[in-house]
Amino acid sequence: MADDQPPTWRNEGPFDPARAGQLLGRMGHGGFLGMRYGNHGPDWFEAELPWREDLVGAGNTGVLASGPIISLFDNCTAMAIWTRRGRFVPHVTLDLRIDYVRAAVPGRSVIARAECYQLRGDLAFARALAHDGDIADPLAHAAAIFMVLGESE
Amino acid sequence: MSDRPAFILPPFALAMGMALSTDDDGNPIVTMQFGSHSEGRPGFLHGGAIGGLLEMAGFAALATDHARRGVEQRMKPINISIEYLRAGLPRPIHAMGQVLRAGRRVANVRVEAWQADRATPIASCWMNFHLSAPKA
Repeated sequence: MADDQPPTWRNEGPFDPARAGQLLGRMGHGGFLGMRYGNHGPDWFEAELPWREDLVGAGNTGVLASGPIISLFDNCTAMAIWTRRGRFVPHVTLDLRIDYVRAAVPGRSVIARAECYQLRGDLAFARALAHDGDIADPLAHAAAIFMVLGESE
Repeated sequence: MSDRPAFILPPFALAMGMALSTDDDGNPIVTMQFGSHSEGRPGFLHGGAIGGLLEMAGFAALATDHARRGVEQRMKPINISIEYLRAGLPRPIHAMGQVLRAGRRVANVRVEAWQADRATPIASCWMNFHLSAPKA
């Protein structure tokens, strides 16, 4: 189980996706990767990962490594869940599955859009896709399950 | 095996503070240092950073398997499924992959990551790779 939320989001009151999205790209791993808040709706959250030379993967092809895309999915699905809950509830990633349907185009930002489609007890379910400009031509799909952090953990 | 290393860490892995070593049998282990670059909730590893490490160890295991068998093939990940078992603590994390099967077109790989104790994994994943002839 992985803990991905800075404590500064532990504010009382309603969850503010835009404000939390600003923090996403300023601290920790999301800050290192340079994630940027994009947009959100009642149950979805969108963020962008700009292309960067030092985030390139194997094969010397200029294609973004899949590692940063895993991180983008992890953050966006978590944010979609808090967005749908309407409040910040500490949780951990239980399971994250990603299908890579095509390679990212070198030099292009990757944009992930995640939707929380079910809240059930201490479990939350989200799905997401990533694209590099055209949402109708995705490069990856993801499914994630998060679990509310227990008292003992 | 040739003198050429079977696997070289790409820019992303180096930026994340990953390094390669081997166990007694020459199997590759990828180790990542903890720092703000890999931090999620303060004091804990980010799930995405753990995922990136698992995936890198999967690549390393498959490349090493190919090198041992004298096979040269391009490998692209088709999918990955990560299970998070325990919180990642602020200390180095290691990962090692195992190739369950490598055929002509598909390879199936399992990876586990651990911190203090090899027998207490903090995350695991399976990956499927698409294999193809190297570009001329």
